[in-house]
Amino acid sequence: MSRDEVLVLDPIGCAGHGLCAELLPEWITLDEWGYPILRPEAIPPELLPHARRAVAACPKLALRLRALSAS
Amino acid sequence: MTLPRLLLGTQDGRALTHAEHVGVHGPLPAGDVSAALAAAGLRGRGGAAFPTARKLQAVAATAAAGRHRPVVLVNGAEGEPMSAKDRTLCARTPHLVLDGAQAAAAAIGARRVTVALPRAATDALDAMRTAVHERPGGGPAITVTAVPVAYLAGEESALIRHLDGGPLKPTVVPPRPAERGLGRRPTLVQNPETLAHVGLVARHGAAWFREAGTAADPGSVLVSLAGDVVAPGVYEVDRRMRLAELTGMPAGRGGPRAVLVGGYHGTWLGPDELAGLTLAAEDLAAHGATLAAGVIAVLGPKSCPVRELANVAGWLAAQSAGQCGPCANGLPAIATRLAAVADGRAPSGSAADLDRWTRLITGRGACHLPDGAARLVRSGLRAFAPEVAEHARRGPCAACRRPPVLRVASRVAA
Repeated sequence: MSRDEVLVLDPIGCAGHGLCAELLPEWITLDEWGYPILRPEAIPPELLPHARRAVAACPKLALRLRALSAS
Repeated sequence: MTLPRLLLGTQDGRALTHAEHVGVHGPLPAGDVSAALAAAGLRGRGGAAFPTARKLQAVAATAAAGRHRPVVLVNGAEGEPMSAKDRTLCARTPHLVLDGAQAAAAAIGARRVTVALPRAATDALDAMRTAVHERPGGGPAITVTAVPVAYLAGEESALIRHLDGGPLKPTVVPPRPAERGLGRRPTLVQNPETLAHVGLVARHGAAWFREAGTAADPGSVLVSLAGDVVAPGVYEVDRRMRLAELTGMPAGRGGPRAVLVGGYHGTWLGPDELAGLTLAAEDLAAHGATLAAGVIAVLGPKSCPVRELANVAGWLAAQSAGQCGPCANGLPAIATRLAAVADGRAPSGSAADLDRWTRLITGRGACHLPDGAARLVRSGLRAFAPEVAEHARRGPCAACRRPPVLRVASRVAA
């Protein structure tokens, strides 16, 4: 069973540490104030391990993966 | 079809008593208002224009699925300085608002109603408290609460957090109030005007309601007319009305320099766009505007739109809760740069910076404060391009020294 997953950010929790953009530059860039900008599309399978690392690395637990739909 | 409906029988300066109210509108019928509301097509008058019947359904559905009885929150915080319609309605016809709250509460199985009004709106608070004591038994328990005068007081998640003892700051949604609101209960949040319409639909039905307004947005609507107009105030109108008729000014020569439709989250329309324009949603949408909570602010030919835009952007930046990085950083950056633009000392590349910042903050906050601010600024820069260029060349204009037309503080001291 595979699931499409997207990255979602809690904008209140996020403090702009920027670790996520270090770990997943293909999907996350930082704006000029240091806050992440996420691509809205589903994460490609080959990037999922990196996305999970980015989620785990967030010191504020503000980043998570959300399943779009079961398939 | 005759107007007014909501303000029928009201007089300046005092509220209708319960006896007067029943004399004007008749008693509130018992029974479930849900079906009539769905057929009436009433949309929320707080800004988002969400179908009221669907909101009731959502709250009733989550309440049925859970253990908590739902509650009704009347959001009369009206945090925008130029908006006066909800406090006017509550000050003059509080029982109609409470009738709507009572009918909605009955429809979703709620027994408690909380009415939140701005601390500064003493007339509305007094009228509402008196009305609560006057009402006959059998209705829900009603609490009237004064809340701070601030933009975020009207943001429903911030209001709920504040009423539950927390700071006046938005929370991340979901969960929406319908799922988990006041005291973690499923909460129906409606603004006073919306509920007053509910009180009328309960009496007169859907067909009557649809005699006013358009097919997409039926019913009458309250607008707060402000700025450079002959007669500012709160008016109950039909959305088929022309903007020129409402403002009492012709489009074109001798007319306004610009009209802000939808308040401080709204859209600036220039003279070219005003000709023939009505308040109908489809008319406004053609210009990227919505009526939102009904604020219409007019800038006359003697005002400086660049200065006004900078002032309002500064106020919006000050309203940020500072919780979300893009809003906390972006709104002050935008406001500071707009002030520099008005002063004629903006660095080159300011147009590109403002374009980038307004895009950058959109959709990246927990609430819609940054989105609305971006919309206001972008539409202003588009509508006022000649004045912006003029300020860049010559610095502040003569009109910059005039007192601002657009209020950036509450009319009544808090």
